[in-house]
Amino acid sequence: MENYLKARGRIFDIQKYSIHDGPGIRTIIFLKGCALRCRWCCNPESQEFDIQPMMFEGKEKIMGTDVSVEDIMPVILQDVFYYNRSGGGVTLSGGEALLQPDFAPHLLHACKDSGINTAIETTGFAKWETIERYLPYLDYVLMDIKHMNSTKHKEFTTQSNELILENARKIAESGKVNLTVRVPVIPTFNATPEEIYDIAEFAASLPGVRKLHLLPYHRLGQGKYDGLGRPYALDGVDLIPDKYMKILLETANKSGLECQIGG
Amino acid sequence: MKIFNTTDIPKTDRIQHLLDDLFAKMPEIETERAVLLTESYKATEGLPLVKRRALAFEHILENIPITIRDNELVVGSATKAPRSCQVFPEYSYEWLEAELDTVEFREADPFHISEENKQVLRQVYPYWKGKTTSELASAYMAPEAQLAIEHNMFTPGNYYYNGVGHLTVDYGKVIKIGYKGYMEEIEAQLSKCNVYDADYARRHEFLESALISCRAAINYARRYAALAYEMAQKCTDAARKQELLIISKNCATVPENGAETFYEACQSFWFIQMLIQMEGSGHSISPGRFDQYMYPYYEADINKGILTREFAQELLDCIWIKLNDLNKVRDAASAEGFAGYSLFQNLCAGGQTEDGRDATNDLSFLCIQASMHTRLPAPSFSVRIWNGTPNEFLIKCAELTRTGIGLPAYYNDEVIIPALMSRGITLEDARGYNIIGCVEPQVPHKTDGWHDAAFFNMCRPLELVFSNGMDKGVQVGLKTGDVLQMTTFDEFYDAYKAQMKYMIRMMVNADNAIDVAHAERCPLPFLSVMVDDCIAKGKTVQEGGAHYNFTGPQGFGIANMTDGLYAVKTLVFDKKLVSMADFKDALIHNYGRGLTPKAAKLATQEVVDNLASMNKPVTKEQIADICRMFLEGTSSQEDIVRYDKLLNMIDDLPKYGNDVEEIDLFARDVAYVYTKELQNYKNPRGGIFHAGLYPVSANVPLGEQTGATPDGRLANTPIADGVGPRSGSDRLGPTAAANSVAKLDHAIASNGTLYNQKFHPSALSGMEGLQNFAAYIRAFFDQKGMHMQFNVVSKETLLDAQKHPENYKSLVVRVAGYSALFTTLSRSLQDDIINRTEQAFNA
Repeated sequence: MENYLKARGRIFDIQKYSIHDGPGIRTIIFLKGCALRCRWCCNPESQEFDIQPMMFEGKEKIMGTDVSVEDIMPVILQDVFYYNRSGGGVTLSGGEALLQPDFAPHLLHACKDSGINTAIETTGFAKWETIERYLPYLDYVLMDIKHMNSTKHKEFTTQSNELILENARKIAESGKVNLTVRVPVIPTFNATPEEIYDIAEFAASLPGVRKLHLLPYHRLGQGKYDGLGRPYALDGVDLIPDKYMKILLETANKSGLECQIGG
Repeated sequence: MKIFNTTDIPKTDRIQHLLDDLFAKMPEIETERAVLLTESYKATEGLPLVKRRALAFEHILENIPITIRDNELVVGSATKAPRSCQVFPEYSYEWLEAELDTVEFREADPFHISEENKQVLRQVYPYWKGKTTSELASAYMAPEAQLAIEHNMFTPGNYYYNGVGHLTVDYGKVIKIGYKGYMEEIEAQLSKCNVYDADYARRHEFLESALISCRAAINYARRYAALAYEMAQKCTDAARKQELLIISKNCATVPENGAETFYEACQSFWFIQMLIQMEGSGHSISPGRFDQYMYPYYEADINKGILTREFAQELLDCIWIKLNDLNKVRDAASAEGFAGYSLFQNLCAGGQTEDGRDATNDLSFLCIQASMHTRLPAPSFSVRIWNGTPNEFLIKCAELTRTGIGLPAYYNDEVIIPALMSRGITLEDARGYNIIGCVEPQVPHKTDGWHDAAFFNMCRPLELVFSNGMDKGVQVGLKTGDVLQMTTFDEFYDAYKAQMKYMIRMMVNADNAIDVAHAERCPLPFLSVMVDDCIAKGKTVQEGGAHYNFTGPQGFGIANMTDGLYAVKTLVFDKKLVSMADFKDALIHNYGRGLTPKAAKLATQEVVDNLASMNKPVTKEQIADICRMFLEGTSSQEDIVRYDKLLNMIDDLPKYGNDVEEIDLFARDVAYVYTKELQNYKNPRGGIFHAGLYPVSANVPLGEQTGATPDGRLANTPIADGVGPRSGSDRLGPTAAANSVAKLDHAIASNGTLYNQKFHPSALSGMEGLQNFAAYIRAFFDQKGMHMQFNVVSKETLLDAQKHPENYKSLVVRVAGYSALFTTLSRSLQDDIINRTEQAFNA
């Protein structure tokens, strides 16, 4: 594209002062559309690429808006003092930022032009050629490894895990970015020491990967399913007690990685 | 680079005992000072007033009961009972005389007073009729200024009825050379007085009074030396006996002489601090840069091996507790505005040296630790932050913030130093600044800042624009014309500026009248000894003896006026969505809402009183009807629909606090209406007026006296706090809110700005949380914000946030590894967090 500031994409939210999605104080840009349908997803309004209505506090809210890079850069730059002081920056989240390759890399490019640290929070589910377009403009990749068993992965997310695992290795081997592996810990899906250990062991085998985050299941998004008129697949599933999370953490620590609960 | 020892020091049992004893009983009003003062005044009639003040001070210190409390290492108490107070009839007394029987039972800051002491005060008070500063101030004040005060346009009540205080004396010099050293300086000045000098009379009298005051202080300490020795003789506990003997030796040495050890320096500090508050009743006597002037003694003793870090900590903890042993009784209304028995003794750590290097030292860290150990409201603990502040210091401060006691307050050297220099203060002096009271920066021991000179409610002049200067049927403000005839926003805004200017002038008149009354009726020779250049000029502080003189009244209501003026501009003039007549009607009828229960009760009382004065008695049923009318409002359903439509239109407008450039720059301009105008006026001490922008906690009681405002704020509800956005209108989180606040011109508000932020403790959890928090402060300061303090919210606040989510839209909480805005969470998750908080607070 001649002028990448004109590149357009579809987002559904911008969140400031985020301190758990990459280092420091960050602004998160939520992109719309995802290839996975994880049962526990806390942002169900992110899944469809189409712009759609959602009920929120009794009012209909339109989720999704088309913006250009130059539309959102001023919003990102508002918090540049906080990024500078905290080692923070911008994180692209979703949905899945890898699904908008004609927009997201240009946005990251513009951030780098302004000296802003960049990160992406991703499922890693995309063609390698696509991912390669993002890497030159990225400092951090926060990538989910949800399960090592492809069948179970597919059952709970609608996609198998081979491409994801392969991409994780390629990103790590590229040596271009700082890769952190994240594991959403979901009861009934992967919340056993064995399953967590398998993921941690895989993550530890990736060159350069030092950190693993265990993200305990939460119900923040439950109300949004109502707002979209969709059933909540994990209705009735209990939160994981702190004590049990600590056991899983100890298990993950055996991999030799620096593991922590939460981002 | 300096390396600091940041490890925690455990709290000793002694400190816990002292804390327990401090709060064992309700504070009391004691009367010895009032009796001794009156005796002395009666005996000295006819003498120059400054000498009468000094002789009274001497008479009080020779005879007032003295007490050494159990477990104390640093001694000197103004009252027999802990946390109690003496009274000061020379400033005003009528209110206490009227409240003697109710002061124990009031909600805000109750004090016990014995029947015997009530009787004593009733006998003392008649002497003071016609002799107080407040009576003289009233006599000096212009009638139109008094009218403006009666109509709550501003309130100078603090100094109208009490001493001024708000000063930092030269603690370092007293500790170094003792009052004996000062007496030599005074005698040298006396010897230079020529009987034929034009100012001989006043100069000579002041210098003699200064000598009397110093001697009185020395003798008072000697009484403690004798008492400690006597107690030691009777003491059967060997350890305590030894402690008492050391206390006795300390009090025999300081503050008469310079301190030789850190312990002596601590004892000397305390005598200075408490004696200033025996001479006058002004609050905000601020210890200032304690970590700087105490450090040489600490360093020397540590190097000599005669002091451990642990004992130094215990002494600091003792001083922190002693600061809470002092107290002050205020009238019932003021007590609500200053609730919490606060004396605003502001103590400062960190910052820069006068030659511009980082000033943080080991004592700065021990000060933080002392606040962690004692968790008391005093001292008001402030830290100075600049580009060169070590991270470990800021992180340790953040740890203190995380405890939820609201301390420390953070100040930005990079704004305050140039702000002070713009007022004619030298670079070196500006670098040495400290904070007075709440948020007021000034140069220690060189400034009489008259900070806190009045609360100026920026909302009231806007009401006068709508009423053409009328308030409750009286012409209080200017006639700026019929608001319905105004055809442009500029015309409307000019009318606001004119009403503001007029009220600022009334406030200047009131402040200056009170200022003169203090100079004439309550000069303070003891305080003046320790403030440059009083001895050289031969004048007390009150007469203009200080090197720098200011008057700093504080305006508040910026957020309401910004959003309100913007609403009028947009809805009435730019988009013409509502007529001025309809807007005015909505304000008069409080947007169709009834009054708050408290306001309804007062309004009902007023109607009943009016009827009674016209000899029209009312029945209980009628009173209930009138009250219901005020509570529910009298608007028709049709009108209410119209008002709601207007409220919705206002709600949809951009608001200050969301990082919207257009409105934030408008806020900057609105603040200028107060800050720039005020710079044009002078005070009787030869200084200028300069603005503060903060309300202490008066935004609540003064909001009760303010009608509905065009930002959608209902009548009698609180006005926005400090320079912050209106509660609940900042909807985009802490960075957006701080960015908006940073867009004000803080430097021109050289008497201080106040920005409160709310955080949940979870947002500060772990080292990462502390680091991000520190970065947040630095980033606000990079944008030239001046001050920031944090309300790390409690369970109660979260419960209130559930009840009134509209007020807490930017409250950040941490949820299971995620941070989120509290009000966006589901009810069950909110409950979850609240329960978790309770555990955290019980732990």
